Amino acid sequence: MSETNEQSRLIATAMNEGSPQARALGFATLQIGEGVALLKVPYRPEIVGDPETGVIAGGVMTTLLDHASGQAVHAALATWTSIATLDLRIDYMRPAIPGRDVLARAHCYKITRSVAFVRAVAYEDDPEDPVATAQATFMLDSSAGKKAGANLKPPKATAMGTKPGAAT
Amino acid sequence: MSEADNRLVAVLGSIPYARFLGITAELAGDEMTAILPFADHIVGNPMLPAIHGGVLGAFMEMTALAQLSVAAPLKRQPRTVDVSIEYLRSGRPLTTYARATIKKLGRRVANVHVEAWQETRSAPIATLRGIFLVAPTED
Repeated sequence: MSETNEQSRLIATAMNEGSPQARALGFATLQIGEGVALLKVPYRPEIVGDPETGVIAGGVMTTLLDHASGQAVHAALATWTSIATLDLRIDYMRPAIPGRDVLARAHCYKITRSVAFVRAVAYEDDPEDPVATAQATFMLDSSAGKKAGANLKPPKATAMGTKPGAAT
Repeated sequence: MSEADNRLVAVLGSIPYARFLGITAELAGDEMTAILPFADHIVGNPMLPAIHGGVLGAFMEMTALAQLSVAAPLKRQPRTVDVSIEYLRSGRPLTTYARATIKKLGRRVANVHVEAWQETRSAPIATLRGIFLVAPTED
């Protein structure tokens, strides 16, 4: 494994174990490197969206695809930088199979100075038979100058000028 | 409680993931505000700390589903066809609110816009535009 992939793996582990929501959902990274991340969310009754069918909530797919996409961006970058999702579009092809874990494979296929572009797909067995597909863009160096705990303080008076980013 | 109130409580109470996130809602006439209380387990970035972008997306999608349940009795839960989410500001460790506007409720498809904010309604932290398949009751 190259140094970059080793670094991506460490970032992925930090993002899964250090992010309380990722930990609460039990996210695990199965593969990472070369701008690609493969994540898994284990099936649990608590994350169901429609109790009549037992299908995992669409919102869980949103979180999984966002998280996987973020890791794919880190896996495409040579050095670590803060990132934040700018936008995320998700198409739902079919309900997830009740009782089954869901995988998400994200590919960061283009990086510019400020923006990363990602495509992702969620599925159980076959990426060609997707539950959902996603397209996302990320801001790079999103917390430039922001220190740890920055969100604990109220935003500056220029309320309309604060930086974007629900950083994952 | 009005019938719409009952439908709203039933919908949010029936979605396990809504309970997992702690989502509630208040209804004033036909205007609904969904509420996502801050909790440690919804954090995505523990350094800032910031609410997970996926949680904000999920919250706004459920706001849209809840608003659809308020608008009309439906045979079953609407199915999400697609959502498009814009992230405008970092989700700070505060209560988040959301309101949905149904742009069109057709026979098969509903178009819904949602806005989420924290302290300042005029400075939203995220927006969602969604398409939903609906199955209204015939009566």
